[in-house]
Formats: sequence, structure tokens, C-alpha cells
Amino acid sequence: MKKELRLTVNGQPYELYVKPKTLLVEALRKHLGLTGTKRGCESSSCGACTVILNGMAVKSCSILALQADGAKVFTIEGLADGEKLHPLQRAFLDYGAYQCGFCTAGMLASAKALLDEKAKPTEQQIRECIDGNICRCTGYNSIIRAITAVVNGEYKEEK
Amino acid sequence: MSEYSVIGKPVHRVDGPAKVTGSAKYTFDIELPNMLYGKILRSPYPHATILNINTTKAKKLVGVKAVVTGKDTLGVKNGVWRRFPELCDEEILCRTKVRYIGDPVAAVAAIDEDIAEEALDLIDVEYEMLPAVFDPLEAMKEDAPQIHEGVERNINVTRRIEWGDVSEDFKKCDFIREEQFYSTPQAHLCMETHGAVADFGYDGKLTVWTSTQSSYYIQALLAGMLGMREGDVRVIKPPSGGAFGSKFELDSAQFCAALLSQKLRQPVKIILNREEEFTATKRKTPMNYYVKVGAKKDGTLVAKEVRVITEGGAYTAMGATALYLTGFYSSLPYQWHSYRYDGYRVYTNTAPASALRGFGAPQAYFAGESIIDMIAEDMKMDPLEIRRKNAVTPHYEVPGQAYIQSCGLSGCYDAVEKYVKERGKLPANRGIGIGNYGFMSGGIFNWFNTPYAFSAAMVKINIDGKVDLFTGACDTGQGSDTALSMICAEELGVHLDDIRIHAEDSNIGPADLGAWGSRQTLMSGNAVKMAAADAKRQLTEFAYAKLSPNVVYDMDIKDHWIYLADRPERRVSYFDIVKEAIRAKEGQVIIGRGHYTPHRKGMVSPAWGFGVQAVEVEVDPETGKLKLIEIFTAHDCGQVINPVAVLGQVEGATMMAAGGAFCEDQPSDNGKILNPSIADYKVIRSLDMPKTVSIEVETYEPEGPFGAKETGEGLTSPTGGAIANAVYNAVGVRIKDLPITPEKIFRALKEKKQQKGKKGK
Repeated sequence: MKKELRLTVNGQPYELYVKPKTLLVEALRKHLGLTGTKRGCESSSCGACTVILNGMAVKSCSILALQADGAKVFTIEGLADGEKLHPLQRAFLDYGAYQCGFCTAGMLASAKALLDEKAKPTEQQIRECIDGNICRCTGYNSIIRAITAVVNGEYKEEK
Repeated sequence: MSEYSVIGKPVHRVDGPAKVTGSAKYTFDIELPNMLYGKILRSPYPHATILNINTTKAKKLVGVKAVVTGKDTLGVKNGVWRRFPELCDEEILCRTKVRYIGDPVAAVAAIDEDIAEEALDLIDVEYEMLPAVFDPLEAMKEDAPQIHEGVERNINVTRRIEWGDVSEDFKKCDFIREEQFYSTPQAHLCMETHGAVADFGYDGKLTVWTSTQSSYYIQALLAGMLGMREGDVRVIKPPSGGAFGSKFELDSAQFCAALLSQKLRQPVKIILNREEEFTATKRKTPMNYYVKVGAKKDGTLVAKEVRVITEGGAYTAMGATALYLTGFYSSLPYQWHSYRYDGYRVYTNTAPASALRGFGAPQAYFAGESIIDMIAEDMKMDPLEIRRKNAVTPHYEVPGQAYIQSCGLSGCYDAVEKYVKERGKLPANRGIGIGNYGFMSGGIFNWFNTPYAFSAAMVKINIDGKVDLFTGACDTGQGSDTALSMICAEELGVHLDDIRIHAEDSNIGPADLGAWGSRQTLMSGNAVKMAAADAKRQLTEFAYAKLSPNVVYDMDIKDHWIYLADRPERRVSYFDIVKEAIRAKEGQVIIGRGHYTPHRKGMVSPAWGFGVQAVEVEVDPETGKLKLIEIFTAHDCGQVINPVAVLGQVEGATMMAAGGAFCEDQPSDNGKILNPSIADYKVIRSLDMPKTVSIEVETYEPEGPFGAKETGEGLTSPTGGAIANAVYNAVGVRIKDLPITPEKIFRALKEKKQQKGKKGK
């Protein structure tokens, strides 16, 4: 039996009906069509599905959609403001912090959650923050450089 | 090389904005109206005869639309080595026999994934177990179970490469070292698993969206398997979530989705789950590697002999190429007076082994770079010096195999030497190891037996000066769409944002063999450059008439100006000439065509990338725990096209190689892979990844577009050997089988201690 679920995603409230076993990642992707968030495994270990749930980076395949009832969810689709890219996005472009791009939504969610919490994380903290996100292409260091550049104030929010 | 206006400048990738905003649509994301979801039933046994498959119950399940088995196929055996029919050995949906755990036996299409999954449980397959064999050394024995009919001792392919007289040369050597090494399997672990959406229409034509490295191969192979004409199979490659060698053969998702859609005339989507990805797609070839090298007192490397027995798994796949390349790379990057390689690829009842980034090179270089350090120690020679003294140089011919034009190794050695000196004396339990390599820029071989050029491109200039670039090259994340757009812009004298590349559709762009063997920059790049030059010539003809120089001048285009090469101030606007030229051609758009197939460039590749790498490690002598501290790479990929992308390739390939060397493994029990999940398959994550420093030693490669050559895979080569050498330099133990785990180091340290103790008594 499907159940009602209320979610606010990227500032937009939604009401939807999902099966009790539906995972949050599937609710986002299949019910809301927000396919920017990916899924790379069934064991909550690749990080491709990371979103920000009530301010925390969470693997959206690791919780049921109904567990997120009433929650505020942030996905990659909410990062840019219209045509204005978020500083993290611009840094990712400049530093080549993505290749195939399949892990990028999760990486950006982990990075944003960190920067929302800490203004000046250390390199070690940045590495820890994306340690749950596998990137098979870049070797991570370009991602670390991009996030560090944002931390160092090289990228300001576009007004 | 600053005369270029686009080439060599760091740019955003053309697919970048879509990827950092989540708007790039992958195969995984595609949903079509009226679409069904497919799932594949796979063999739980390593070797068995299929007696019967009963699909009645599954077909009756509400929501199930079709169930197919091998009986629904044409029974064509599929393979990329089409020139050799005996090596096309994979039915994909097995008809009479399964050969490994994961071999597909049936596929279901249903209205949702849950129902499809449930239907799999209702399919009743009756198997008769056959004796199975997992170790290639066992499989080669006379009385071993036969995996493919008529294949004696399960020997799938043998390769010999030979020059000079190794036996005679060894007699003349002052130092000889003989060793055995072993390389484990490795999974590609693409973040996007294999998948396809197939839509077979009522017009009898098939469209397949799939994450692939070669739209053309998939088009041709699917057509063959389904009894269709190639032109009726259209393969569209959306952005791909990684490939690394795993996505250029026809896979079970593509074939089963197409077959189901052909039956149902409805779109069918199949995405493999992660467990299937680990157990039922191809993987890196495990190798038993025997090697003997001989050298003279003065430090000259003279002779090398290599014998390799590989665990091929159940099918040939690209393994035949990997077997040859392991043999070729085992000679590089040194000038051996004599060399002999014997490779045996053996069928086993395990997951088929094929190409994984490096294509046979990482295994060869792990052994090769380890044994060079070992013999250097015997000879009391510096590891860098022995490499420098014996390395290939520009214009060197690998006897009967390859001709090397550009080679930047010399500059790379200088850079690494300087780096190592600057690191100074290392703390206890730390060591630096080095490794070097050469790697191909695309393969010359044509086992696919294509009548097409290896690469081709088309450039269309529109009335507003905007350019459409058509190619069959496949961007799998490595950045070829951007590199090819840059080559096009540079040749045509326009800006990067004037170019729109169309590389995703087999029926729109000309055929290209795709992304494997590090071929896109050089081969597709040459085709693009030629197409752009063809289009450019059509513009400069008009400009020439307009400028009417009184002596003959060459003309060129740069930054939207068409000018006389020797008098750049005499110029006309690119945009004006485009308009006039199109008008004068009765309104036809300007189309340039280009193609590239290597000619007279030896057996392997037309050009070679090179590099030298130094890896610093720290070993905990109590636990054997290995930590990567820093990796320095000096790299020669000819002219750099996009520096951001090149650095990404260097760092990414290094990480993949380091993973294979120190944590990635697929332990198995009677053919069953024991760690088929990302939770259990350990890869390098951000905390394991050491600091990386990379420098480019630029050369000019005459065969490459603007002097460019490979950069995608070469760096998977030196890292394994360099890590093994570093561990030895840190704590004095030599690990000869990958991965170099704490357990192996711990045991070796213990053994070393015991031997010391014995000597002490």
C-alpha cells in the first residue's frame, strides 16, 4: 500500500505517494524526476546518491523515502541559481574535478554539507568529507584542489 | 609551442556545465514512454549443461511481458575478434552450456523492476553439473575439463614475439635474474554500471542508448547477433559513467534489452546491478608471469625472456589483444638486443578477463619494473641509471614491431632524478621506488575486420560561422569531446565555443573504432584535423580570390580572421567569407571530411607516450600496513591539448594502478567471486590517495595532431612496480604478487627476521 510523503526538495514542497520500501534515492529520481542524483551500488558504499538531508550529507539509498517525511532535502539540481553556478560548481569546472561525472552530484553534496557547517575546513577534513564518495576517474586530488579553492575564497557567490 | 590559440590552453570541458549541474542524462537516467524493465537470470554454476529451461510460471506472473532464453536467439556467437571466427565464442544467452558463475541463461521484461526480479525466481533451469576448472595451470593439463568444444587443453590463444637469439645472449651476460610474478584480477568499477535502453520500432529499426566505448562496435555486433543490417541498428551513447576497458564489447544488458524489445516492439531498459557488474562483466586479466633478464657488467641490458599464462575466464573477449600487448609491453621501454615472449591465454570457468585500462601493460610493467630493480641491485647500479642507460630513444625501432618517433624519456629521467634528490634522506621505514613505461597511442591491428577507416570525422560550417563536428569517437569521461573540439577549433581558426560536437550517434557521425588503446586524441584527432583542414581550404580559396595577392602566399585562419600567412595584416573576416562562400556554392553548407588509418607504422601503434614515476611509501614494520606518501610523475604525451584533462588522466590512471597494486582484488572460491559489492571490494578513496605532483615533458610527435599522443592509459603502467620497489627500499622485502597487502608485507618481514635469526646462529 502506498503512503503519503511530504518533502521539501530544493525549497519546493512536494506531496507524493510511495511504497513503504521505496528508498529516498528512488523517490527523488523516479517520482520527482530529479535524476542528477545517481546510484552506483546497493550497499550504501559508493556515495553517488549523496544528498543533503536536514543539513547533513546522507546517502539517499541508505534511508527509506518515508523516513524523510517532513524533511528538507537538497540535491544537485538546487545548487545553481538559474544560470549562476555555485562557487563549488565553478571550481569543479576550473580544476577538472570530474570526468565521467557520475559521482559529481554526490561529491558536490558532500562538499556543500561540509562548507555549510565549517567555513575553513582543513585539507584532512575535506578528504574525510568525501571519503565516502568513490570517484573512479580523477584520483580525488583535483576535487580536493577545487574544494580548497572555494575554502580559500577564490570563488565568491555570484550576485 | 605558444603559437597555438586553443591547443595547450586549460579549458572547461564541453560537457562540464551539464555534469556539474546534474543535468547530463546518462543511460541510467533514460525513461521512455511505454518502457519496460528487464532483468537477467544468470548461472549459479561455473560449468554445467543446460538440460531444460521452463519459463511457464514466470510468463504467467502479472506484469511480465516476455521471457527469452538462448532458444530465442539466432545462436550467433559474438566476439570483437571478428577476423578470427574461432575467437568469437560468446552466445551471451547460453543455449546449451554455461561456463562461469554469471553466464546469462534467460532475460525477462516486465512493467517494473520488482516484477522482473520476481519473475527470475520463477524460471526453472535444469542443469547437469560438469567438472569445472579455475586455475589456468590446471586447465592446461591434458585431463582437464574441456570448456569450449575442440579447444585442446583449453588454450584459447597463444602469442610469440621474438627477435635476436635470447639463449645465445644469456650465455654472454654477466648478470642474470629469473623471477616469477603474479597479478590478480581487478574490476573496472565504473560508477555507472553496464546498461542499455533498447527501442525496436514497428519500422523494424532498432535504437539503443547505451554507456559504451564504441558506438560502432555495438552497432555492428548487435546487428550480427540479431540478423539485422548495421544501418538499421542505431546506437546512441549518452554521457557515460566510466568505462576503463569494460564497455566496448557487446554486453548482456545491451543484447538482452535489444532482443526483448525486438520481440515486444516496446522500449526495454536493463541496468546491471553492482553484483552483476562485479561477477558478470569482464575484468582485468590475472597473470602468472615468468621472466628472465640478462645484463652486462657495464650496465647494458641484453636479453629478456618472458612466459605468461593468463587466466582467460570463460570467453575470449578482448583478451587476445591483451595477451599480445602484454608481450609487447614486456619489452618496453628498453633496448633489448634479444627478446622472446610466449603468452598463453587459457580458458577457465571464471569471469572472462579482458581489457582494463592499460590493456595488458600494468601486469607486464609490474614484473618488468620490479626485476629491473632486482638486477640493478645485483649489479650495484642505481635504479634510475640502469633505466636511463637502456631506455629507448627517439627514432628507435623495436625490432620488427614498432617505430618510435618522439620519446621524452630523457627529460623525464632528469625530472625524476631532481625530484628524488630534493626529497633528501627519508625517515625510517620510508622508501621511494621508480618505474617507467611507454604506451601506445591507439592500436594498428584490425581484428574487428572493419572496412572503415579507423577514425573519421566531418566538419560542417553553418552560415553564421558556427561549426558542427561529427565523429564516432567516444567520450567516456576522459575528455575526448573537448580535445577533439579543441583540435577542430585550432585547425579552423575559430574559437572553442564555435564548435558543437556530435559524437554520440552511430548513424549521424562517421564510424570510429572508439575509445580503447588510448586512440582518440591521435587517431580521431587526426581525422578531425583533416576534416577541419578540408573545410578550411574551401574558405581560403574564396579568401584568396578576394585578397588577390600578387605573389603566392599560404593562407591561414586564426581568431576568426583569414589572412596571408606571411602578411597577417592582409586579412578578411572569417564570418564574411563563410557567408560568401556558401552563397557562391549555390547555398550548400561547407562540409569538410577527414579520416585516419595508420600506414606503415609497424605492428602495434603509430606513436608512443612515455613517463617515469617515483612513488614514496611508508611501511609500518609491526603490522605491514602500507601508506602511499607521494607520487611524482614526469610525463610525455607530446603536445598537451587540454592541460586540465591531461593532469586528470595522469592522476586518475595512477590511482587506478595504485589501487590494483595495493588493495584491489577478487578472491574467489570454486569460481565464485567472494567480494561482489563495493562494501567488500576495496578501492582507493580520498584518504588513501597520496599527494601527487606531475610535470609534462613536452615533445612533438610527427604522427599526432599538433604533435599530440596518448595520455589516457599510460600511467596505469609504472605504478605497480614503483610501489613494489618502494616497499623494498623502505623495509627490504620484495613482494612479487599483487596486491601488496599488509598481510603479505607482514609475512615477508617475519620471514626475513627468521632468516636473519638463523644466520645469526
